Amino acid sequence: MSISRRDNEKVALLGRLRLTEDELAIMTTELAQIVGYVDQLSEVDTDGIEPMAHAIEVANVFRADEVSPSLSREEALSNAPHRDERGYLVPAVLGE
Amino acid sequence: MSDYTTIVGLEVHVQLATASKLFCGCSTKFGAEPNTQTCPVCIGLPGTLPVMNRNAFQLALKTAVALNCEIPAYTKWDRKQYYYPDLPKNYQISQYDLPMSQHGYLDIGDPKGAFEPKRVRILRAHLEEDAGKSLHDEVAGKGDSLIDLNRTGTPLLEIVSEPDMRSPLEAKAFLTELKLLLTYIGVSDCNMQEGSLRVDANVNLHIDTAEGKVATPIIEIKNMNSFRAVERALEYEVGRQWCEWQETHRKLGDAPKQTRGWDDVAGVTRGQRSKEESSDYRYFPDPDLAPVTVGPQDAAAIRESLGELPAALRGRLESDFGLSAYDADVLVNQGSPVVTYFLDVAKFTGDPKAAANWVTQDVLRTLKESEHTIESLPVASSALAELIRKVKAGEVPSSRAREVFQTMVEKRVDVAAAMQSLGIAAVDEGELIALCQKLLAANPKTISDVRAGKLQAVGALIGQAKKQNPNVDPTRFRELCLELIEKAP
Amino acid sequence: MALFDQTATEHLKGLESGALKSVELTQTYLDRIRAVDNRVGAFLSVDADGALKRAEEIDERRAKKQRVGRLAGLPLAVKDILCERGKVTTCASRMLQQFRPPYDATVIAKLREADAVFVGRTNMDEFAMGGSTENSAFQVTRNPWDLERSPGGSSGGSAAAVAAGMAPLAIGTDTGGSIRQPAGLCGVVGMKPTYGRVSRFGLIAFASSLDQIGPFGQSVEDAALLLETIAGHDPRDTTSLDVPVPAYSQSVNKPLANLRIGWVREHFGGGLDKEVESAVRAAFEVYKSLGATLHEISLPHSKYAVATYYVIAPSEASSNLARYDGVHFGYRTDEKEMLAELAADRRRLETAGDKAGLEHLDSALVRMYRRTRAEGFGPEVKRRIMLGTYALSAGYYDAYYLKALKLRRLIRKDFDDAFGKVDLIAGPITPAPAFKIGEMSGDPLAMYLVDIYTVSANLAGIPGLCLPCGRSQAGLPIGLQLQAPALEEERLFCGARMFEQATDWDKGRAKL
Ligand SMILES: [Mg+2]
Ligand SMILES: [Zn+2]
Repeated sequence: MSISRRDNEKVALLGRLRLTEDELAIMTTELAQIVGYVDQLSEVDTDGIEPMAHAIEVANVFRADEVSPSLSREEALSNAPHRDERGYLVPAVLGE
Repeated sequence: MSDYTTIVGLEVHVQLATASKLFCGCSTKFGAEPNTQTCPVCIGLPGTLPVMNRNAFQLALKTAVALNCEIPAYTKWDRKQYYYPDLPKNYQISQYDLPMSQHGYLDIGDPKGAFEPKRVRILRAHLEEDAGKSLHDEVAGKGDSLIDLNRTGTPLLEIVSEPDMRSPLEAKAFLTELKLLLTYIGVSDCNMQEGSLRVDANVNLHIDTAEGKVATPIIEIKNMNSFRAVERALEYEVGRQWCEWQETHRKLGDAPKQTRGWDDVAGVTRGQRSKEESSDYRYFPDPDLAPVTVGPQDAAAIRESLGELPAALRGRLESDFGLSAYDADVLVNQGSPVVTYFLDVAKFTGDPKAAANWVTQDVLRTLKESEHTIESLPVASSALAELIRKVKAGEVPSSRAREVFQTMVEKRVDVAAAMQSLGIAAVDEGELIALCQKLLAANPKTISDVRAGKLQAVGALIGQAKKQNPNVDPTRFRELCLELIEKAP
Repeated sequence: MALFDQTATEHLKGLESGALKSVELTQTYLDRIRAVDNRVGAFLSVDADGALKRAEEIDERRAKKQRVGRLAGLPLAVKDILCERGKVTTCASRMLQQFRPPYDATVIAKLREADAVFVGRTNMDEFAMGGSTENSAFQVTRNPWDLERSPGGSSGGSAAAVAAGMAPLAIGTDTGGSIRQPAGLCGVVGMKPTYGRVSRFGLIAFASSLDQIGPFGQSVEDAALLLETIAGHDPRDTTSLDVPVPAYSQSVNKPLANLRIGWVREHFGGGLDKEVESAVRAAFEVYKSLGATLHEISLPHSKYAVATYYVIAPSEASSNLARYDGVHFGYRTDEKEMLAELAADRRRLETAGDKAGLEHLDSALVRMYRRTRAEGFGPEVKRRIMLGTYALSAGYYDAYYLKALKLRRLIRKDFDDAFGKVDLIAGPITPAPAFKIGEMSGDPLAMYLVDIYTVSANLAGIPGLCLPCGRSQAGLPIGLQLQAPALEEERLFCGARMFEQATDWDKGRAKL
């Protein structure tokens, strides 16, 4: 499969990246090359093969339902780039 | 002229009753100051990892079993990816292709007979984390939204029904029955005001046309804050879609699925902005979380532990206690503490019908009109049973029984003390006969009226008797009067 | 031999006997950093005062015969990818330039508990994405053996720090070879444990199902000592394994009898540098001389490992890196500028009467996200986000992501089959010795192909180790990679130590 510039614009929006025209052009060339290389996977017959999402397969790992202390509000907000005394601030999310 | 069928499917998010969040130890308590119940994990700080709350999984499993779902042996966790400021990782840990439960059902009915009892199929129920809150109004003017992450990571069970409901009323009945079930088994408080239960509805119409059945585009309705709002929103939307169909003849598939928000004040749904890329969630298995396996014996053990569910309880109240379907429904719908109260009163009195009358009428009215819950009601089940016994024994005139009950509630006293404070004492039979004779002698017209067949003429005497002695039992007094008139020459 | 040329194990003997003080040792390394790091560029930050204070405190405790930890007084460098409470943790990204985690990574806590002395935080490829340490937002790290060359990456700062004698021990992370490859290119020992052996809590994620933290040292003994300290189950990481951790530093000197070493047919095809090949074949001869038997094996799917890796790793990365959006922490774009830009875009579209353009115009929030990420991430990170987002997006998931997960299973199965026949697999770590800085930066695919011998271990979750086994004519180190079945780190260390003791490659030091 080839990856077009239009695909890349869509993917850049999905990944919330803003690429300049030049970056988009370079990215399209590079990704096409990489995807072209990755396409060799299609030659392998994988019918009936279970996908492997974890390197080591363990199951049923839980914690007890116990409350532990939260951060103080000041600590929680200490890394926020834009905030007031109560919380994180972002450009209005109405209509998103 | 064409006809149509309304098709409704519901998606319900229920907050599970855990102490801590799904993946971290932060409290799930409602109402805290913004951003005071967060930690590095639920803020999604770099390097943090989720660890699943066992109780959340157990509560989800319990619900799934109660909803008659199949419990697959293997379930896993996926990331649902979308950017939103109240979702700090910009993905929600949820379940995609292998949910923890699927293919269940919930039976609904309407004792008033507005629709036939029916089985609504459950497509799936899966566990996921909640997002936080974006507050806009409060910082209006500044052009910014405030993000509060207290809710972020709260365990939710998403229950998705099949589109099996055919009217807004059926949808409301489904929600009512679902809420009842969830509160019976104690998995959620289902408090809609606090967001513990949230509903999205999918609705469209199947229209009969000359060319056959045609489906209109499916609309998802959001922002409904009560079951009544769900019903109203659906009613509105059915009308709107019918009008739209007549104008546009747009069919399912002609447009992408649209989301509309319910405006409860204006009583209308409004279209919400949707972006073409917004539905590409790029689900994939969360590499940070281990899958979960559930054996058949685990599901069986949970089924065992569930106790009696509302539907079975209704059946038992009808068959074992002779209650009407209506009374059984009223009792069961109050939740299991009221049912337990009823069962105790029935047991202590041996008279389930009287117990049902008292509970469905006086007790429920009192709960409605006061701050009391069944647990805080000053009249214990044994005390109500005592009152019922005394009424049956004639020790409390039935006309004053309600007064006694009210006094027991208000003064927090037992039956005897309530009777005393109301001056109720059983009237001696001889005393009653004497009173009867005296009043008949003073009212010869009553005698002739009764003899002429106007039995209700005795009523006037009852009023006079009660004035002379408030403890007179009107039923007994009436019987005596009629007896004396018959015997008189 | 200078003090800074000695191994951590040797230092520890001195510290324990009282012949050496941690303050003296720490000062030696701090001096060395001052002397050479302006040329190497291994450290992003150095905490001289903090380190000396800590060293002094440990010396005092030791003098008073109070309990001290396993690494008491040993200086140690940490890759700037592990969160440390209150300390700036950048991941070599502009995105996290000001980020101070309110918590410690489990490995940091364990090292502190072991009384290691943190001397500084090392440079890396941004978010561990790269194999050259050129992708750091802040500086380029150079190979101590040849300053024109790359130390490899992404843990190039940690590898270079150890190779240049600026720290006896260092912590790195390995997602596709990021410990083993720079260890090989810098002539030190580096090790990637079994997936799940070391807690990832507090490790800033690149690709969660592949990332592991591991040790760097001058010797196999040092690596064993450091792994022993950081390994173990952590309830905060559900992928960490709840199994006992052997005392590697105790068992490392026991040679393995009847050792069966496998060499992989596919590793010796085209593309392998002649000097590397002969050094690796010479290493096989050393093993034979030690009584091991050599067996040719096949890993038939290994040729797909790089392709598989470059689907899975970017896919996970695209998701893990979604959180860097300028809302809760980290860099955010200049909002005034952003709003002005958006208004200008709107005016332009309105003037042009471009209705579709206006329809698709970003909201302020989306534009904030996009500018923040465009400015906060470097080109390699963006490339991988693009690649991963693409591989997971509707219509491509099955062909790429799901397909790669299936290949991953086949790659894992190849190893399972191979380890039925041999105890360890040995081979090259990279196709060639260290490359020149800038040599690969214009060709991402060529850069990715350097990972050909390393990514399989991450995909399969098995441990791998790299130790020096030769020197090129130009004097550059050549590394030997050993791989073992899952959880067989002990075997890996013992097998590596046998070779190390039989040869002198570990004694070589870069001249600076
Ligand atoms: Mg959901
Ligand atoms: Zn939390």
